[in-house]
Amino acid sequence: MGATVTTTEEKIWDGGNEPMGVSYGKMMMWFFILSDALTFTGFLAAYGFSRYKFADSWPIADEVFNHFPFLHGSDLPMLYVALMTFILIFSSVTMVLAVDAGHHMKKSKVAFYMFLTVIGGLIFVGSQAWEWKNFIKGEYGAIETKGGSIIQFVDAEGKRYKVSDLAVTLPKDRVQHESKNGIWFTSEASLPDYSVAEVIEGFKANPNVLVRTQEAYFDKNDKKGVHPTLNKEKHKTILTREESLARLNDAVYVVQGASLVRNEYGSKQFANFFFFITGFHGFHVFSGVVINFIIFLNVILGTYEKRRSYEMVEKVGLYWHFVDLVWVFVFTFFYLV
Amino acid sequence: MAHEHNLAIFRGRLKFKSNEQKIWGVLILLSIITAIEVVLGIYKPVGLMSPWLTPFEGGLGAVLMNILLSAFIFLIPLNLIFLVLTIVKAYYITWDFMHMRDEKASLRRSVVWTFVFLALYIALIFLLEGDYIYEIYKTSFIKWNF
Repeated sequence: MGATVTTTEEKIWDGGNEPMGVSYGKMMMWFFILSDALTFTGFLAAYGFSRYKFADSWPIADEVFNHFPFLHGSDLPMLYVALMTFILIFSSVTMVLAVDAGHHMKKSKVAFYMFLTVIGGLIFVGSQAWEWKNFIKGEYGAIETKGGSIIQFVDAEGKRYKVSDLAVTLPKDRVQHESKNGIWFTSEASLPDYSVAEVIEGFKANPNVLVRTQEAYFDKNDKKGVHPTLNKEKHKTILTREESLARLNDAVYVVQGASLVRNEYGSKQFANFFFFITGFHGFHVFSGVVINFIIFLNVILGTYEKRRSYEMVEKVGLYWHFVDLVWVFVFTFFYLV
Repeated sequence: MAHEHNLAIFRGRLKFKSNEQKIWGVLILLSIITAIEVVLGIYKPVGLMSPWLTPFEGGLGAVLMNILLSAFIFLIPLNLIFLVLTIVKAYYITWDFMHMRDEKASLRRSVVWTFVFLALYIALIFLLEGDYIYEIYKTSFIKWNF
């Protein structure tokens, strides 16, 4: 097919001219990127829909994503994602440098910069995996109520309190059902480490602990059952001790970490969108790394040197920058806004 | 081909000597913008946490003003700043890393305008609908927080 061969002698398409001044492959890469960008727009718009819908009860990103490697237990919101963003932008830079070196037909320079780009991509995917691990494992745990709301615990100063510190040990009343028992060979998910009864007993035994709901606190709202001193505008509402005990009567599940069914951070949609959008983006990064690696091998083998054109590097470069571009928006809408 | 690069950014106010220098320059710009975002995101200045204007009330004129100035009425300034900075970053990634600056206007327009139109359209529909359901949850007789 003449149309897909990229040589310097024959740059025109089969019809005899070159629409929009670009080669066939590059133009199609642009239109693929356009359609992929619209897919991500759809996802982010759906995320925005859920956020607007649950505007007052959406989890606060700074409280969820506040881990940094090797600094356990310290509250460091934003820094890790900022680092990830920087890594991805930097790997974009090495990619443009590779494209630039390709224009000057410097084979070894192209190979070197492509290699750096692949490494940057791998570091980013690894960072995302670490982020997912923290998100899935969770930190404080929470209780889900009959209506599906999440309630969390705080101490007398309003600091978060772990469910694991709260629960007392009661005699076990229930064992995990396994497929070897019973006749239908079905099993259930592993039981949480603490039962609801254990958490409630622990709560009753510890008079300093209070319940924090999903709802944002607004000064103008009704103050019934709301803690008089601990609450801050637009932060999650902390209840009085009496109201906390009343709210715990509706407790159904102990939630630790996050899954697609429920998560300890709040709205169920939050974890679903997080997994789906960052997962889809991470998949793009991964495929970008694979494609970059293939092109890197081709550069080393001298394929483009023989072709007298490094346009393939430019085309994968477009894809790689697009991945970076999407991350800029994911960063804004998941972590900043 | 794309050997001739347009080496000026900021509408020609900042010119670079080579394409390589321009790339580093753009990296510095993007890093500065990200740093500003992170600092604002961590400290969340109180002055930027509530909208600058309250909605206009009254007849058609007020409705029109609410639409025209919606970014200042319904968004808190902090989020507005984040949005603008994100679009600035996206602009420089597309124009300088993806070399949109060097492409013909026909290619640039067919990619960028298509995206901008459809993205604004779907965002408008989804966000208006989401806000509508938020109002329903808040004001009608649905109890969901129990």
